[in-house]
Amino acid sequence: MSSPSTVLNKEEYQHGYHFPDQSIFKTRRGLDEEIIRAISGQKKEPEWMLDFRLKAYEAFRQKSMPNWGADLSRIDFDNIYYYAKPTEEQKRTWEDVPEDIKETFDRIGIPEAEKKFLAGVGAQYDSEVVYHNLKEELEKQGVVFCSPEEAVQNHPDLVRKYFGTVIPYRDNKFAALNSAVWSGGSFVYVPPGIRVDIPLQAYFRINSENFGQFERTLIIADEGSFVHYVEGCTAPVYTTDSLHSAVVEIIALEGARVRYSTIQNWSGDVYNLVTKRAFAYKNATVEWVDGNLGSKRTMKYPSVFLKEEGAHGEILSIAFAGQGQEQDTGGKVFHLADNTSSVITSKSISKDGGVSSYRGMIKVHPGRKNIRSRVVCDALLLDEKSVSNTYPYMEIASEDVTMEHEASVSKISDDQLFYLQSRGFTEEEAAAMIVNGFLDPLVKELPMEYAVELNRLIELQMEGSVG
Amino acid sequence: MLLEIKNLTASVEGKPILKGVDFSLDAGQTHAIMGPNGSGKSTLANILMGNPEYEVTGGSLLWNGTDLLGLEPHERALAGLFLSYQYPVEIPGLTVGKFLKRAAETRLEGEENLNVGSYLKEIRENMEFLEMDRNFINRYLNTGFSGGEKKRMEILQMLMFKPRLAILDETDSGLDIDALRVVSRGVNRLKGPGFSSIIITHYQRILDYVKPDRVHVLYDGRIVESGGPELVNELEKKGYEWIKKQVRGEVSHEQSVHSA
Ligand SMILES: Nc1ncnc2c1ncn2[C@@H]1O[C@H](COP(=O)(O)OP(=O)(O)OP(=O)(O)O)[C@@H](O)[C@H]1O
Ligand SMILES: [Mg+2]
Repeated sequence: MSSPSTVLNKEEYQHGYHFPDQSIFKTRRGLDEEIIRAISGQKKEPEWMLDFRLKAYEAFRQKSMPNWGADLSRIDFDNIYYYAKPTEEQKRTWEDVPEDIKETFDRIGIPEAEKKFLAGVGAQYDSEVVYHNLKEELEKQGVVFCSPEEAVQNHPDLVRKYFGTVIPYRDNKFAALNSAVWSGGSFVYVPPGIRVDIPLQAYFRINSENFGQFERTLIIADEGSFVHYVEGCTAPVYTTDSLHSAVVEIIALEGARVRYSTIQNWSGDVYNLVTKRAFAYKNATVEWVDGNLGSKRTMKYPSVFLKEEGAHGEILSIAFAGQGQEQDTGGKVFHLADNTSSVITSKSISKDGGVSSYRGMIKVHPGRKNIRSRVVCDALLLDEKSVSNTYPYMEIASEDVTMEHEASVSKISDDQLFYLQSRGFTEEEAAAMIVNGFLDPLVKELPMEYAVELNRLIELQMEGSVG
Repeated sequence: MLLEIKNLTASVEGKPILKGVDFSLDAGQTHAIMGPNGSGKSTLANILMGNPEYEVTGGSLLWNGTDLLGLEPHERALAGLFLSYQYPVEIPGLTVGKFLKRAAETRLEGEENLNVGSYLKEIRENMEFLEMDRNFINRYLNTGFSGGEKKRMEILQMLMFKPRLAILDETDSGLDIDALRVVSRGVNRLKGPGFSSIIITHYQRILDYVKPDRVHVLYDGRIVESGGPELVNELEKKGYEWIKKQVRGEVSHEQSVHSA
């Protein structure tokens, strides 16, 4: 084995982007065992995590690409950087965050209030958490909110018990890849009976060309606890392809409730292939709110395994497909126990030839009793050339099931557009208002800042789109 | 002259609807347009507002001496035109409060900022004036509103936007007596030298509350009769048959028209 320094090189380069890449270490393009050892070494990981990564790498090599969903044939795994470390160490306060990173936050348009809010969050810059400051009251409550790297060092028992149990490394090719090269993300542990009142938030972004982002999030809500985790994403525009492949695992123990909200706005060249899965135990509730804007291809189906009686799963999916984009999203629920219920609500918008597909799965295991499930898919098409697909798979091996499925596809109506135009709005503004209205019932589920942000993003997406 | 329409012809999906409308209105005036179903009243209103579904095939529309046809619908709205629709459109997901706030923002000049507090106060005050429940501000625009509630919402918008010309397309239809009084009060509240209105209606009732300066009868795409308020009584007494007979005497036309 060669020393990490031959694999990690310090690079300085200029791209079209406004800010210099301040990465200190960066692995060379492509992936092999050496690079994985270098990543693990860089993070000073214990042997068991390195083993996990190496096994995952083997699985990644063996697994084939998914042969369904979005077209992924243009991903060139050899042309991707799998690891970069942005700044020397994690920063403790907002003041310590380097100026160009702050500027980047400004460019993304994070509201001032939210920046202050960041006092209680971990925000990710490149593949490392550069800024992390756990709020005191969380600490007092015994809540752990840190990067997964820190968790490996400081909470190895929890990590070894749960890491990779919801999504095994051999689950699918991209989960395997993430398991091999993961870097950054969040680790959350909420002790029994604790309610975390403020949403835990992490803001992260890609800032290097061809730089894959492989963050890893693990949330454990112990018995009777509650936590809302919010994640948002924005990446600058590049001309070449980049890959984002995250893994999010949630464990909601008896009586716990976990809500996970994401609004992602990737630039148009990103492949966004994320595996998100939750286990809900007795009387636990897991809710996914998943908004996908931008990116070239998104494949993402947050899932809930209702493992014990009384568990409830809820998935709200929002997709916006613009020109050249394919949003293949939806949700999956597995009813593994009696008296379990689920709701999947999907809202998609397609414009300028964009393709939105809802892909869902409801599975009821043989003989399970008193199962209730409801699936609602609404699609809005902004023009003739855009596409909406619905693939609602169901495998129901029980009689005692109440299943509802509703699907609708609507076109933005000329009457609505004209009504708003005649009240003083341009055609673009009118269209954006209608689209935001279409999403409003879901947006209301988001914390205020994110609702505002989503509305603003929709308006940006709508610019120059109508006519 | 605030509005001057000359020999306006228009069609929908290739079918001629307006066949030469002449009409003019001074600032501060209230005009009523009556006429049987299908005669083209809503068509005229939509054309004034710039609805692209209706094709203007000839004639001219002058607003303060400038060509209205060169303006986009939103520009017309910002120039002071307002249409209270016969069938207001539902916009699910857009709350009344957000809609009114955004509409006010589009009407700001230059660097001006909307004083949200006082604007909200004005909305509340107008809602009270129109005897509307405050909760409407949180509801989705026109969505699930009753017919009468939709009409009140149109009048609320009119009071908020303070247009120079409001066209009320059968705003009185489907209103109970109290609602009619409330709506009329709304129009009368704006009345003054800077506010004109065109009231499209089938009934005398609203014109008892909002006194028109002139009354016109639109029939088969033309204004065939104009007069003072007394014309309303005459129509009420004689019905449109009277007009039809008169028109038949002068012009022949190919298709039969259903009367109100
Ligand atoms: N969008 C449209 N498509 C097809 N025909 C239309 C359209 N709009 C109006 N028309 C036709 O144009 C004619 C005039 O309609 P308009 O709505 O202007 O009548 P109106 O005078 O307002 O009648 P009412 O008193 O019933 O409201 C009618 O024959 C109507 O069917
Ligand atoms: Mg009409």
